[in-house]
Amino acid sequence: MLTIFKIAWRNLWRNKRRTLITTASVFFAVLLALVMRSMQLGSYDNMVKNAVSFYTGYIQVHKAGYWEDKSINETFEYTKSVEDEIKSEAGISSVTPRLESFALASSGNYTKGSAVIGTDPKKEAEFTQLNKNVTQGEYLKSRDKGILVGSKLAEYLRIKVGDSIVLYSQGYHGITAAGEYPVRGILDFPNPEMNKQTIYMSLSEAQYLFGAPNMLTSLAIMIDDPAELNEKVSDLKNKLGDQYEVMDWKEMMPELMQEIQADNAGGIVMLAILYVIIFFGILGTIMMMSMERKKEFAVMIAVGMRKVKLIAMMFFETIIIGLLGVIIGAIAGFPINLYFHFNPIHLSGRAAEAMEQFNVEPIIPFSMDPAYFLNQGIVVVIMTLMAFIFPLVFLIRFNVIKGMRN
Amino acid sequence: MAIIEVKNLHKIYDETNVPVKAVNGIDLKVEKGEFTAIVGPSGSGKTTLLNMIGGLDKPTKGEVVINDTKIHDLKSKDMINFRLMNIGFVFQAYNLIPVLTAKENVAFIMELQKVSRKDRNQRAMELLRNTGIGDKANYRPGDLSGGQQQRVSVARALASKPQFILADEPTANLDSKSTADLLDMMLEMNRESEITFIFSTHDQRVIDRAWRVVTIEDGKISSDKTREN
Repeated sequence: MLTIFKIAWRNLWRNKRRTLITTASVFFAVLLALVMRSMQLGSYDNMVKNAVSFYTGYIQVHKAGYWEDKSINETFEYTKSVEDEIKSEAGISSVTPRLESFALASSGNYTKGSAVIGTDPKKEAEFTQLNKNVTQGEYLKSRDKGILVGSKLAEYLRIKVGDSIVLYSQGYHGITAAGEYPVRGILDFPNPEMNKQTIYMSLSEAQYLFGAPNMLTSLAIMIDDPAELNEKVSDLKNKLGDQYEVMDWKEMMPELMQEIQADNAGGIVMLAILYVIIFFGILGTIMMMSMERKKEFAVMIAVGMRKVKLIAMMFFETIIIGLLGVIIGAIAGFPINLYFHFNPIHLSGRAAEAMEQFNVEPIIPFSMDPAYFLNQGIVVVIMTLMAFIFPLVFLIRFNVIKGMRN
Repeated sequence: MAIIEVKNLHKIYDETNVPVKAVNGIDLKVEKGEFTAIVGPSGSGKTTLLNMIGGLDKPTKGEVVINDTKIHDLKSKDMINFRLMNIGFVFQAYNLIPVLTAKENVAFIMELQKVSRKDRNQRAMELLRNTGIGDKANYRPGDLSGGQQQRVSVARALASKPQFILADEPTANLDSKSTADLLDMMLEMNRESEITFIFSTHDQRVIDRAWRVVTIEDGKISSDKTREN
């Protein structure tokens, strides 16, 4: 078999230019696919990472049915056993309790609807780094009686740090929720909508306001490895049972998921085009290499070489062309992707503003997922094997006498 | 005793609307050690006859028996193996594997026969020396002259230690000196090692030196003359 491989290798270099052109076409297609997809996948990772770390987390646990209408009545009791149950799952990095509802915020003659989020200030700071969004005043303390207000909302209500606002809402099971709260700080988010309507307060104060002591609307969860998301969701569903709903970020932010899917579809179409180029490049070369050697094949069979060895020889020739392109493409693509993984492309201008509005850091880090490199190799090998069908059929049907007359 | 026996051999090509009788009832026996030329004009059926004797083509009717084996009864895989172990081929256009050196071309046949690396390299060198091109062992066919390539081709044919060698117009592409040298070499092998050669040719230089000349016309043997050696 070594000699067969040797002949195959040397055959490839009988027409150096043709082999180099074919290998180069595979190389450039693989390089382009690797860099393009790495950039695309990296940007998705960044979007997801930003989106989940901004607010939702990768997973949230609610009372079953909460997500449908997000009512304050659909709360669940915050017991240690629930949190322990969640934390006992390997790969959970943090859990943040929240009680969320809506309220009218009023100051003087100005009133506006707002989203009130009660949270554990310390855990929230670790989870979403909310403390970094405080542009005026100070961040909340553990059982703080004050609140943080979005910058545009504060502007609308004509309030500043140290002023008070009144919150008025419907609490748990229809009770009246009302209270006056001093403004501890002003929050500034990249997303204007957040600035216009968000109020943060400590969890204990929110529970008091809405008359829901020790109750939560959600437990937001971060995980160590996003690749294990489905597994974690499934495990938590099994552990917590039917009275809770366990949702991942894809369910909670379907618009982000759809945006990624739509963009990804474009990338896949582009990849498919590249793969077709690879396929026809290899097929064309292999067809020429088969057709121009009819007499040679005939002689080899005549002197005693079995067709299966000829097929093996053509297989080596085909696969070497494909693999050479893939390996060189991967070697060239790796440092490019590595560089941009650690030195992401920084966007500016409108592109940056658009991303910031979605609470996404305006950078494009390249993905270094080894599975993607492997997948590229597998796809090109499949393309190569498909191209090999031609010489395979050609040799199976090969007629020695006709080949001799060639 | 005949090593090759051709009985009532027919070959009709019916690829076109008009069937062509390339071989039309040939009976022939070839004894061990013969140096036989099958001659005749172009299209007379020489190559078709050789192809059927070599098991490359199937007869429409009749049979070829080599050492008691009806070769056309063999399955395709067995036929290839039979050729490998029993028949050496020399072609008009040499048809060496262009990417292998002279030595590798000769050794390749023995590798197909599963001869050990050491033995095949040793025998390949010996054969190349015997055919007068031991010094060109590491040259690829493209770097050799036509005559030298045909010598490698003969060495390759001999490599498998065949029962006989079939040579289809072996001198057609050679100049006079190369033809004479090649014939001298093959005759010497024939005399000294009793290697059986069967040629198809219309080259008078070969015909003059063959000791048996079988003439074919229109797919039939028109004469079969043996000269005293």
